[in-house]
Amino acid sequence: MSNTLSANTLLAVPLAPLVGAMLAGIFGTKLGGNLLGRRASHTVTILGVFIAFILSAMTLSHVMDGAGFNATIYEWMVVGGLRMEIGFMIDGLTAMMMVVVTFVSLMVHIYTIGYMAEDEGYNRFFSYISLFTFSMLMLVMSNNLLQLFFGWEAVGLVSYLLIGFWFKRSTAVFANMKAFLVNRVGDFGFILGIGLIASYTGTLNYTEIFGQADGLVGKTLPGTEWLLLSVIGICLFVGAMGKSAQFPLHVWLPDSMEGPTPISALIHAATMVTAGIFMVARMSPLYELSDTALNFILVIGAITALFMGFLGIIQNDIKRVVAYSTLSQLGYMTVALGASAYSVAVFHLMTHAFFKALLFLAAGSVIIGMHHNQDIRWMGGVRKYMPITWITFLLGSLALIGTPLFSGFYSKDSIIEAVTASALPAAGFASFAVLAGVFVTAFYSFRVYFLVFHGKERYDQNPDAHGHDDHHDDDHQHGHAGTPHESPAVVTLPLVLLAIPSVIIGFFSIDTMLFADFFGSAIVVDETKHGAMAALRELFESPIGMAIHGLQTAPFWLALSGVLAAYYMYMVNPAVPAAFARTLKPIMTILENKYYLDWFNENVLARSARGIGVGLWKGGDQGVIEGGVVNASWKLVGLISGVVRKLQSGYIYHYALVMILGIFVLVTMFVWLAK
Amino acid sequence: MNAVSAIGLGHFLSLGAALFALSIIGIFLNRKNLIVLLMAIELMLLAVNTNFVAFSYYLNDMNGQVFVFFILTVAAAESAIGLAILVLLFRNKSTIDVQELDALKG
Repeated sequence: MSNTLSANTLLAVPLAPLVGAMLAGIFGTKLGGNLLGRRASHTVTILGVFIAFILSAMTLSHVMDGAGFNATIYEWMVVGGLRMEIGFMIDGLTAMMMVVVTFVSLMVHIYTIGYMAEDEGYNRFFSYISLFTFSMLMLVMSNNLLQLFFGWEAVGLVSYLLIGFWFKRSTAVFANMKAFLVNRVGDFGFILGIGLIASYTGTLNYTEIFGQADGLVGKTLPGTEWLLLSVIGICLFVGAMGKSAQFPLHVWLPDSMEGPTPISALIHAATMVTAGIFMVARMSPLYELSDTALNFILVIGAITALFMGFLGIIQNDIKRVVAYSTLSQLGYMTVALGASAYSVAVFHLMTHAFFKALLFLAAGSVIIGMHHNQDIRWMGGVRKYMPITWITFLLGSLALIGTPLFSGFYSKDSIIEAVTASALPAAGFASFAVLAGVFVTAFYSFRVYFLVFHGKERYDQNPDAHGHDDHHDDDHQHGHAGTPHESPAVVTLPLVLLAIPSVIIGFFSIDTMLFADFFGSAIVVDETKHGAMAALRELFESPIGMAIHGLQTAPFWLALSGVLAAYYMYMVNPAVPAAFARTLKPIMTILENKYYLDWFNENVLARSARGIGVGLWKGGDQGVIEGGVVNASWKLVGLISGVVRKLQSGYIYHYALVMILGIFVLVTMFVWLAK
Repeated sequence: MNAVSAIGLGHFLSLGAALFALSIIGIFLNRKNLIVLLMAIELMLLAVNTNFVAFSYYLNDMNGQVFVFFILTVAAAESAIGLAILVLLFRNKSTIDVQELDALKG
């Protein structure tokens, strides 16, 4: 680190959005007497995020010149030997994340002006997304696990608040509860991992932990044969599974689409869900020491990448398709982590953040245009009415499926290459899954694309048009009821601004991010054991060369066949999908029920948990404590006193007799004893 | 030995014991009348007095007879209070039947 960044500048990055969030949240709502109007609220929050973005971009350029920062800014408390601190660690990884987070957040802020224009909770929404930006920045900039955990929980909280933003809808409330609970499961593993690290190294600071990592090799968990580092790695990854929605803790992400579309783009696609990926990349010095953990990550990622893609095929809600696509892409990132290609995972994280935010925002734009109909079966031919949305959505889809020269191509192809080169036992399954996933991704992406933007207009056939969840006032649209219309400039501007990096960022940054020393010491790969990155480096010549080479490889042809299959099935011969659905009825049933995971969670896990609860309540609390201890003691007292009470006849002569008899007994006794 | 000496301490004590026993039996067997109860208590005190006088005479100690006067005074006071309570009781409960006075019953 040749020169050091200014701590005050860094501090300003997360604090600017926090100030914006507090101003809008306190003074823009009933809490502060509605002092700030809508315009003032979005101005302060956008200004805060804009400052954060500019400072992040400056930080990134300084970091690329070799600057860095790693120090504690504030000591929160010391418990025993454990120091809890707030500090920043700025290197390539952090700086890149900061720019991605603030840029996408800025775009979403601007977009929200248009999307939420008629919502009652306008100021509240701006406050939440700014608060989210603050939390996410605290998470990525942290130099210790505690602050990471703070940011981790804070983004979880904001996610909860935003999924349930329309709290009058019972489905939204159910979804946010589900997201919160599923994340608790993941966080339980995460905090166990942090606890293990703290108890074995006595510190939470990254640099100090990594310094001691070699000393932990070969240690086992007391009383077991389990290698400590594998347990730590898996525990931390369980946290990442919750936050980054990996199988089987992914169930909350599709339901989180109940929230407003801007947050689906920001939180549930571009940034928050990548926190798990970021965390594992950050912890790469630990993961490099445990092949068990890496295999585990590979398997989970591969399952998520492939099987969540299948679910995307049968969904009819435009946002849910994009949500399953997000799950699948997160699976790709996880697979890259498992193959020790951390920088590739982070690279895909970045490109994905741009094109998936773009896809979500474009989907939101379609939803506005379609008068809040989200069902792609009742769309079609939208490209005539919404040209900007159409073009940007197409660019996003092309990036997503990995068209050569687009950003997604570079990151996804690198992942596939890296997994193929990995020597871990699980890599075989994983490379099959990611290859098959390419076809699936192309198929569902273009299924949506064709159904929405091409083909016949099917607006009139919607059986529940205008009836469902009219949270917005539709008055302004009644002039041309039924037909869609292009969204306002505040909506289309972010689309265009996001489309640019979605297309070009991969081409320009692959060399720097994957093969130059951009991440420096932030990401550690033990190349003697895990040769994926070395293999990638050998293959790579130039971005152009990679694109040309890409034309001859399986992923490209798989993607192309996916697009063509979608074209054939949804444009040329629409009878085919129905025929497929009939022939493959059992598979369709499984897919429609999302592999019965929700059913399993609700009927097995939740029910058994409730069973334990009822058992403890009826048996433990009512039975043992109330019945056995509390009630039994008074009953015993009552029983004894019931017997004793019979002596109390109330007749004085009875008492007198007892007294006399007592005296006789006593006197006899004393006389007897005196002898 | 004169006639008096033929009657010994034992006779007096026997009389006292008999009186005491009578009074106890009077207390326990009486089921009807509170006045009888008070009388039985008086009788019990008199039995004690008899013992005092007997011992005083045979031990040539006048303290015993002084005690008897104290006891008689206390007994008179006690009777007065007892009868006063009895009158009040009758006013409140319209009865002095011992079997009906079981307000102490738990």
